[in-house]
Order: sequence, then structure tokens, then C-alpha cells
Amino acid sequence: MADADETSKQAERNTNVGDGIAVKKQDIARAKNEGKELTKDEKQRLRKEKKQQKKNKKDDKGESEHENVPLPPSQAVVQCQSQKAPSVAPSLALTPVSVCTSEKPAKSKAEQRAERRARQEADRAAKGKKGESAQQPPSGKSKAPPNELQPVVKRLPEHVQVDDPAAVRKLAKKLERQQIPVRSEYGYKVSLFSHLHQYSRKAPLTQQISIPSTVIHPYIVRLGLQYSQGIVAGSNARSIALLHAFQKVIQDYKTPPNEELSRDLVNKLKPYISYLNQCRPLSASMGNAIKYVKKEISNIPCLCKEEEAKKQLLSCIDNYIKEKITLAATTISAYAIEKISNGDVILVYGCSSLVNHILCDAFDKKRKFSVIVVDSRPRLEGREALRRLVKKGICCTYVLISAVSYILPEVSKVFLGAHALLANGYVMSRVGTSQIALVAKAYNVPVLVCCETYKFCERVQTDSFVSNELGNQYT
Amino acid sequence: MELQAVLMAAGGGSRMMELTYNTHKPLLPVGNKPLIWYPLNLLERVGFEEVIIITTKDVQKMLTPDRLKLDGKMKLDVVCIQLEGEMGTADALRHVQQKIKTDVLVLSCDLITDVALHEVVDLFRAHNASMAMLMSKLHEFTETVPGQKGKKKAGEQRDFVGVDATGQRLLFMANEADLEDGLTIRKSIMCKHPSMRIRTGLLDAHLYCLKRCVVDFLVENKNISSIRGELIPYLVRKQFSKSVNLPNNKDEVEMSQKMEGQTNLEILGSCKDEELLRLTQERSCWNDHHGDMSEAYHGGKVRCYVHIMEDGVCYRVNTLAAYIEANRMAPKLIEDPPIHPSAVISECTQVGADSIIGASCQISDKTSIKRSTVGASSTVREKVKITNSILMNGVTVEEGCNIQGSVICSNAVIGRNADIKYCLVGSSQRIEPDARHLDSNLSINDSALGSLKMSRDWPA
Repeated sequence: MADADETSKQAERNTNVGDGIAVKKQDIARAKNEGKELTKDEKQRLRKEKKQQKKNKKDDKGESEHENVPLPPSQAVVQCQSQKAPSVAPSLALTPVSVCTSEKPAKSKAEQRAERRARQEADRAAKGKKGESAQQPPSGKSKAPPNELQPVVKRLPEHVQVDDPAAVRKLAKKLERQQIPVRSEYGYKVSLFSHLHQYSRKAPLTQQISIPSTVIHPYIVRLGLQYSQGIVAGSNARSIALLHAFQKVIQDYKTPPNEELSRDLVNKLKPYISYLNQCRPLSASMGNAIKYVKKEISNIPCLCKEEEAKKQLLSCIDNYIKEKITLAATTISAYAIEKISNGDVILVYGCSSLVNHILCDAFDKKRKFSVIVVDSRPRLEGREALRRLVKKGICCTYVLISAVSYILPEVSKVFLGAHALLANGYVMSRVGTSQIALVAKAYNVPVLVCCETYKFCERVQTDSFVSNELGNQYT
Repeated sequence: MELQAVLMAAGGGSRMMELTYNTHKPLLPVGNKPLIWYPLNLLERVGFEEVIIITTKDVQKMLTPDRLKLDGKMKLDVVCIQLEGEMGTADALRHVQQKIKTDVLVLSCDLITDVALHEVVDLFRAHNASMAMLMSKLHEFTETVPGQKGKKKAGEQRDFVGVDATGQRLLFMANEADLEDGLTIRKSIMCKHPSMRIRTGLLDAHLYCLKRCVVDFLVENKNISSIRGELIPYLVRKQFSKSVNLPNNKDEVEMSQKMEGQTNLEILGSCKDEELLRLTQERSCWNDHHGDMSEAYHGGKVRCYVHIMEDGVCYRVNTLAAYIEANRMAPKLIEDPPIHPSAVISECTQVGADSIIGASCQISDKTSIKRSTVGASSTVREKVKITNSILMNGVTVEEGCNIQGSVICSNAVIGRNADIKYCLVGSSQRIEPDARHLDSNLSINDSALGSLKMSRDWPA
């Protein structure tokens, strides 16, 4: 009955923190039952009672609907705890972080859930214990949740399920149909990340492509190489490079005789996107850019001539880059510069093109500030940020992330860049960003996240293990 | 289309005239396949569908698909050039400039290698390089070269190749012959790349990926006639020359042309560089070097890369020693069985596992063939011992001969009981019966050889 324990523990924690509202609700619930004050012994008895009620409830009703919602997260929590953490953990590329100091809303949700459950169990106990049959074997409980899980959990996207052989086979078949080579995986896999791709670095993807590549457009092959070798890195750079390559593809495209441009071009782009995904998983900004391009292509009227259609598409792509990337950067930096006052010490992490742009603009507008660049292995991107800022003339300090708690007392603001912004408000960024944000919170330093709107995506992720990109464990 | 392949096959083989005075170099048999088969096979394996072959008229007649024994359906576009005018490799490339519409992969017909070509091309693609080339560790030849009469050939001039810390960017390239009083390296190179490795034991495989704008540049500058000798060192030097500011109007272009006397490679190259590429590089957080204040690639537009093969087969068959070594290595590269199915071999013969017997051969009784290559349509009579030798096509060896460490060119006849050790027997020569030859060159004499020297700098 771990989940019961979980919720009750949570309830305890909540009450111990001293949130007035929570205590009142708990009191009301217990008052219904026993009408006594809360003591330690009482709590223990309450817990045991709940356990008993739970067993009885199982006998009585079996699966009830309200159980579904609280079960999956606690089940997931149990599973995570039972796995052993590996000694060599591949580095994670991204980690979600909650924006600003959002601990309070999260807590209240959990405690509300706990209270609801306590109340419902109390109600059921009050109704009376009829027909206490023998305990159902514990396997009954473990069998039930997977069945409950299925109607609730939607189908996960393909790239997340590497330990599911059916999903892997489906992906392989799709790639084979599109004539894209499949990237080979490592022999030894870390069990904690067995659901993520762990690619072997020895066999590059281009080995399996013919040299004057005919199936995949040469610009896309070049782009894939640049992605996998890290020559084009950073959310904005990757999107711009992708759109540039798409422009080249559209320029070289010739409509086959019995096809329409609006439908055939989209089909032509699909294998390229799969190939790029194989080279390096697509970023959220790239995904949005692809959606936009596909939409534009589909919206081309069928009577449009090929040359005009191509010109229109090329100008659409140019507009997208101009609006969503260049102009957005200008607007964001105009807002952000207002937050920078003279004498500020600004902390930045890694190399974010947007944050660098803001700082350079602020320097041009004659603000007096200094910057602390925090860097982390293995990519050590902070060196590049440092170079650009120092070249501009900004006063910089450079530290590694291990020193961030030492340097934070001197910092007045933290500027962070984002890779993506999820639908639940979480920010996805370079690994280490959440650490910076938490330490900043501990020192009461305001954190500002800068993100263009084209990086917003509808995904929701609660932690960084569910879906991520693994780095090279040997660098 | 991404890359077009151009195969240079008009060289005369000026460093192995003993073999090539009668047989053209692209058609010299190595492992019973014509020399030109090897680079064509490499291209085909990798996925090329078309090759432009630049060669002479005589060779063109022989380049039919069945003679070449190509399995696939690679289209060969053979272009002839006159050999009378001294044409260098760059001149030949200029000759076919009309056919070249994309970036080009130039290789020479005497390259035998099993390199993973994607390594060279990946460097070319990923860094948007102007040139990417292949080099390999030089292997010492251990076999005794026949027909040398004990004379030691003058050591070939070494190549000094300077690469950066990653081992991929080419910083410096010079031949020993050009360095009169020592190696000088420009300060600008040392400032940009403080760590440089200079290597001398490298063999240039003559395989180059060149950008389209380099070919256009060649067209404009007609005084460059050799790719290896002039164009490549020029490109390597150009990486570090002061970049010319892009002129805005026509007058400036003309003035800069007058000043330099030749169209600037950068002007041609940078027209292709687009706004978006620049934007991408600006936003990307990658740099190829660290420690100084300059951007990726130091802002240089011309970039040369080299892939150095540490292990694997890579030979350039341009000397006799290389030819012999290549014949030894050939069985590893060919998937066909060493003994051709149509060869007739009697039962009492001993044919070693590392020997290659060509098509329609006739090997009679009591012969022993070890570590040798016997060409197509050859006849070997009884009681012959052939060791460490190369017999080309149509050779007849009478009874009782003993051939050791020799090269016997096509259609030669070795008389009975001849004893030939470490000799080179020329084409269609007759060796008298009971002759004893040791370490001699039994082809046409040297003075006649001298008059047949071909054009100066073909991949020879």
C-alpha cells in the first residue's frame, strides 16, 4: 500500500510546513472520523486504519474511477525508486525546470489530492464495513494498475520507447521504407536510460549513404553531418540552418508529371526529416518550423505554377526567419534591457544566442553591467559565450558550474536561455540550468528566462528522464 | 547532384617506363585486372553512377565495359585529350569544365585503396571546405625491385605536410624540392594555429574533393597546370592570406584584378556564401579552436582538409616497386577467387594460396607457382618454378624454366631452361633457351627509353 503511505506522508509534510489552510482541511476530515487532536500515535493509527479501509474497499468495489488519477504518478514514483542508479550515467542534454518560484502551487495540488482521498476514505469507512472478505492477493493490485493505466496514458511518441521492441521495429520499418539508414546502438546500455536511444559513435550514418547522395538531398546530408558533429548547435542556429536547407531543397525541386506540388513536396520532405532525426533528435523549434513549412506547402493553391509556388515558399521561409527569430530577438532584447540597470552583475549559463544578443544590445545602449559566465562540461559552450562578450567589450568572469554557489552572492540577476517552453510552463534547457535556477532561488536572485515564441511546444514533461537526448559518455 | 567524379587516366607512367613503353599505364595488369579497374571499383562501391574519364585515344579504345570487367552499371564518360600538347591535370580539368556542374572528386587512375571514402567526403561536407584530400602513411617497399642492376634510385623527395591539432585541417604543404634553405612557416599561421604537426612519411593519394568555385577559378587562371603541383599548395597558402574586402562596385573589382593579376578565389567563393549561412554561424555556439578572440575558422573562407589513413591499403602505382607491391596486395582487394575458373591447371602442379592465375591459362605438370601473378592467356609448360614473380598477359614459359622475383611483361616468351632472377623482361621479348639472367633489365635499352618520356607531371 505504498501509495497510501505516500499520500499520508505528503499530508503530514504539508501539515508540518504549517500551511494554515491544509491543517484546517485535515482537521475537518479527521474531526468527521474521530473528533480528536492530531498526535503522532493518532497519525499512525490513522494510517493503519486507512490501510485496512483500502483493503476492504478493494473487496467491496474493486476498481473505482477516482483511483485512476492518483495511481499512475505514485506508481511511476515506486518504479523509479526501485531501479538502481548506474555508476556511469550518460550526460543528459536537457532538464525541465519550473519557471520562477512555483513550488507553492505544486504543493497545494498534491495536498489537495491527499485531502480528497482522506475524505473519501473516511466517508467509506463511515458507511460501514460490510462483507469483509479475505484479502485479495497483492498481485491483484499490481495487475490492476497496468490495466487502469492503458485507457489513461496516451500513446507515447516513437522516440521515447527504445526498450519496446515493437516500437523499435516500427521505426526501423518506416526508415527502411524511406530509404534512410538506421543508426546503430551501443552494445551495453545503461538500464536507467534504456528507453532512450544510446547511439554508437563509431559508425557514422554517412557510411551507409551513397557518396553522391541521391536519396537524400546533399544539403540535408551536410546539415545532418553538421548536427551530429556539433558544428551547428543551439536551438536558433539549428532552426535557421534547417530552414536554409529547406530553401535549397525547394529550389532544386521539380514536380513529377502527375503530381501536385502541394502534396508531393511534403512527401519529399518526410524522409529528410527522418534522416535529420536520426542524426540528432529534432529540437522543439525545429519541429515548429517544420510544421510551419508543411502548412505553407499544403496551402499552395493547385492552380499555382511551379515557379511562383517556389518563390512564394522561399519568401515564406524568409519571412518566418525574419519575424520569429530576428525580430523576436530585437523585441525581447528591448524588453530585457529595461530590466538591466547600471551596476548589475548578470549571470548567464552556457552559450545562448538570445541572451548574448540581449547583453550585446544592452552594452550598445550604454548600460554599465558586468557578466559572470557559468560553464559546464562536456561541451564547455561558455567559452564561446565568453569570447563573444569579451570581444564586444563587456567585463566578464568565467566560472564552472561547481562554483555557482560561491559566486551567487555577488550576482544581481540571472539570465537564462531556453531550448523550449512546455505547455505546463516548464522550461527545457541545457543540462545544469535547473541547478542554476535552484541555487539562485536559494539566494533570492531573480531569474529571467528568455525564449522566442516559436520555441513553445504542446508537450508536457514532468522530469528530464522521460524524454531526452543522451550525450557521449566518453567525452 | 552532389559530387561528380573525374578520373585522370592520361598519364604516361614516366617513372616506370620499363613497363609502360608498350602498355599504357591505365591498362597495366595488377592482380590480373587493369590498373584503372581499382579506382573505378572504389567509385562504384561507394555509389557513384557516372564517372568522367580523361584519357588518350589509345586507352579509350580499350575502355569497354566488358574488358574492364565492371559488375555494376556505372556510366563511363570518356573524354580524350591530345597528348602532344603538354597537358597537366589542371589543364585537363579545365578541358572538361563544361561537364562539371557540381563539386568534383578528382582521382588518378593509379590509386589502389580500400579507404572509406565517406571520411574524406564528410570533411568536405561538414566544414564546407574548398578542398579535401586523402593521404596515407607511406609503406616501405620490401620486395627487391628487379632490373635495377644494383643501382639505387635517388630517394624521392619528401613531402612536408603540416596539420593542426585535430589532424584534419591542412595548414602547410611543401615538397622538399621547393624548400631550398629550410622550412619557413608564416607567422599568421602560427598565430592562428599554435599547435601544428608536421609529417613527412605521408603518401599523397591524389584524391581530391574540390568545390565548384575552385574549378571556376581554374578556368579563370590559365597559368595553373597541375593540380598536385600548383593548385593544392596555392589553396593551402590561400587559407591564411589576408582576406580581401569584398569590393562593392565594378571599378574596385577591376583594380584588384590588375593588382593581383588573377581573379581572386575568395570573390568567386564568397558569392556563394549566403546570408543565412552567416546567420547560422553567428547563432551557433561552436568554434573549431579555442583560446583566441576570432570566430570559427578564423573567418577564413578557404578551408583545406585532409584525411590521413593510418591503416588500410593505399598505393599509388607509379613506380616499379609500387607496382610489384600492389600485385602482392591485390588479392586482398579483389573478391574474385584467385584462380580463374577458366584456367586449366594440371594435377601435379603446386599453386600457392597467394598466387593469382588469370583466365584461360594453361599450367602444365610439375610446375610450382608461389606468391606470383600469372596473367590471362599465359602458357606455362612443365617443370617450371615461378616464385615471387609477375607474369603479364600472353606470356609463354617453356619447360624447365626458373623464374624468381621478376616481372615479365606481356607476350614475352621465355625459352627452355632459362634461369631468370630479379629481372625485368620487356614486352614481346624473347629470352633464349638456357639463358642465365640475374638482376638485369631485359627490355629495350635505356637510350630508347629516354626518348619516350611523356608529359611532365601527369600522375606518374
